[in-house]
Amino acid sequence: MSRIVARHGWTLGLMAILVLLFVFTKVIQPNFGLTGLDSLSRATLPFAFATAAMAIVVIAGGIDLSVASMMAVAGVTAAVLMEGAGTGMTLFTVVAVLVIGLGMGAINGALIVVTRVPDIVVTLAMLFVWEGVALLILKAPGGAATPWLREIIVGPFLVPWLPRSFVFLVVCLAVVWIPLRRSRLGLSIYAIGSDELAAYRSGIAIGRTRIIAYALCGLFAAMGGLTLTLSTGNGEPIPGPYLMASVAAVVLGGVVLGGGKGALLGPIIAVFILRLVRMDLTLISVDPNVTTIVEGTIMVVVVMIGGVLAMRGRRQ
Amino acid sequence: MTDKQLQQPLLEATGVSKRFGAVVALHDAALRLRPGEIVALMGANGAGKSTFVKILTGALRRDTGQIRIRGADTNFSSPAQARKSGLIPVYQEPSLIPDLDMADNLRLGQTPVEPFRHWVSELGIANLRLDDTINSLPLATLRILDLARALASEPEVLLLDEMTAALPTDLVERVLRTVRAQADKGQAVIYISHRFAEIAQICDCATVLRDGATVGDLPIVPGVEEQVVELMLGVALETNPTRKTGAARAASGGAHVQVRNLAVGTKLRDVSLDLHRGEVLGVVALEGQGQDELFEALAGMIRPTGGKIVIDDAAVSFAHPADAIARGLTFVPGNRADGLLMQRSVHENIALPLLARPRKWGAISMKAEASRVNDAIARLQIDTRAMGEVQRLSGGNQQKVTIGRWIAAGVDTLLLFDPTRGIDVRTKRQIYLLVRELAAQGASVLYYTSELAEVPAACDRVVVIFNGKVVDVIEAAEADEQTLMRAAYGLTGEALTA
Repeated sequence: MSRIVARHGWTLGLMAILVLLFVFTKVIQPNFGLTGLDSLSRATLPFAFATAAMAIVVIAGGIDLSVASMMAVAGVTAAVLMEGAGTGMTLFTVVAVLVIGLGMGAINGALIVVTRVPDIVVTLAMLFVWEGVALLILKAPGGAATPWLREIIVGPFLVPWLPRSFVFLVVCLAVVWIPLRRSRLGLSIYAIGSDELAAYRSGIAIGRTRIIAYALCGLFAAMGGLTLTLSTGNGEPIPGPYLMASVAAVVLGGVVLGGGKGALLGPIIAVFILRLVRMDLTLISVDPNVTTIVEGTIMVVVVMIGGVLAMRGRRQ
Repeated sequence: MTDKQLQQPLLEATGVSKRFGAVVALHDAALRLRPGEIVALMGANGAGKSTFVKILTGALRRDTGQIRIRGADTNFSSPAQARKSGLIPVYQEPSLIPDLDMADNLRLGQTPVEPFRHWVSELGIANLRLDDTINSLPLATLRILDLARALASEPEVLLLDEMTAALPTDLVERVLRTVRAQADKGQAVIYISHRFAEIAQICDCATVLRDGATVGDLPIVPGVEEQVVELMLGVALETNPTRKTGAARAASGGAHVQVRNLAVGTKLRDVSLDLHRGEVLGVVALEGQGQDELFEALAGMIRPTGGKIVIDDAAVSFAHPADAIARGLTFVPGNRADGLLMQRSVHENIALPLLARPRKWGAISMKAEASRVNDAIARLQIDTRAMGEVQRLSGGNQQKVTIGRWIAAGVDTLLLFDPTRGIDVRTKRQIYLLVRELAAQGASVLYYTSELAEVPAACDRVVVIFNGKVVDVIEAAEADEQTLMRAAYGLTGEALTA
């Protein structure tokens, strides 16, 4: 039991913070209720997918600065293809967008592996490339989302307090993550992030594993772009603030920059915490500029606490 | 022996060559391995041993030559392929993934769990939990786990690279026995080690590399050591440099460094010792008896929880390694990577302690620096073929850089922590000579070693630490391996009552 607590201490702590924040929200805004929960969940959705995308490459020991741009490409592609589309076309669009996401990610990964240019440089360059691609597809906000598909992330699911958008998020992440975590591929992703030389010597194909990790990042980014189009109803070619938000959530979620540690649950809880903090700061009418300062401070403090805990652990 | 010779070789490498730019690392390496045979692969520093190993295990591709497994030509392009053909290496640094637990590591390598458990207990580790994260385990355990993992996948050829370095003596025995037993069952083993005693104990023959080529293939018989060393060096090895006697020590006056009742946490409990000028004081201990803490406390890396350190009759306390260095105490860590800037040049690494002197703020005299650095390189005979980054030097040469940098800076008290771990005879000998020379110039040297056999060659006296306490002080002349071993295991009167 104590082992479980020790191993998942960080995630449990995040969970406790999230609960406290909900309580705090209810105190300062007594009429925060089911609609508030629903809109929070829906607003968090693209952030959550961006975070999942970032988490997977950070676990693999890399980083992807082009996450928000890939989301924009996926979002505008969906908006253009879905404009006036029927059921068949809509389903085709969903599949196509996900495949495009995988492709974009794989291109990022392949460039890193083949050129041996550092990931941070490659993905910074690709940030601009994907941004340009998005603008080529759609010059200004436009397109549309198929109405019945939009319904998937609006309203409650089965019970009134469970937002559909949340269920959608959990299902999408679980479908990819759970089989992955249990497979040799998933372990390989952790392995290359943890110690590349040891992984190589253990017989893991480093390059291929890295490309797959980036491809999965692209897949999650595509899901994020798709849900963004679904929730706004049109495509937006200029990338949103998802890059920095996803890095913040990944770090807060217990994934160590540098790789090998962490999982998906922590960052997803973290992304809700960060969204809720932002919402609460708005509710108590703090200047929005101060809000970003608070978010930055949280990030630094979190990394610091992580370091202190690691040092304690080593001393024992 | 004759029916062994009749058998087809399991692995046969001939005429293997490899060059890196202008540097020829190998030009004619050969190795033959029959089923049931343990072959020691030997070679001095820079002989091309690690390159050869990397080629055999698929981590590097050869330029020319042939490698046949059961008579079939192979050319591995990755360690994964080598594994598939039944060649499984156990490297000097464990190749387990630090952030995963043991169970995940086994799944990653598709290692069957039950045989793994069997081998772990066979090798003498009783209370293993598969859900322990790798980076929470001590190095010695990791090496055993790595070996158990290799054995569990039933290799045809097992390659052990300095397997017994960093292992406590009881585990070494277990490992040697297990490996020999496996060979007797028909497995073939390539055994890389610098310890002649182990090679004599388990190996069938020795393949010797020198300057990138195989120069000999000798059956292991009593007395073969001299021959092997000759082949490795190209010259015969003379023994035992001068040693300081107790009388000379008394003549040198009071102790330069006095350690009194030093304690650090629970590991180091009560250590007192005197280090004289011109003396090399050996420290011998089994793994984890507090020697790491002793050296770190003297180097100013951790603060003692009790006792005191006195230098030239003045009590000192260190808040930072710079304080220790300012008092003339310089620490050369056992892990070479901890002490070197791996991506910088040999020159810069040697010059760094010169630069780091606070009083030398401002412009650096490049000319004076260059001459001192070149002087140090010449004295250490550092192989300057790979003159660029330190990380491209062989292990032995890296170790020489770690010591050389302090010589260039001028050394007062040198704290050497296992300086000869995993390096070859020739370099070892150069290090002994260097240490003796420093002592002759009046430096004090505290010398921890995990290899008992080198104590008489390098030290004047030796203190033995067991369970955080000094249990014995022995004159080097009387410090044969057996005496030291008994003391290190706490088999002396003092320790039994403690």
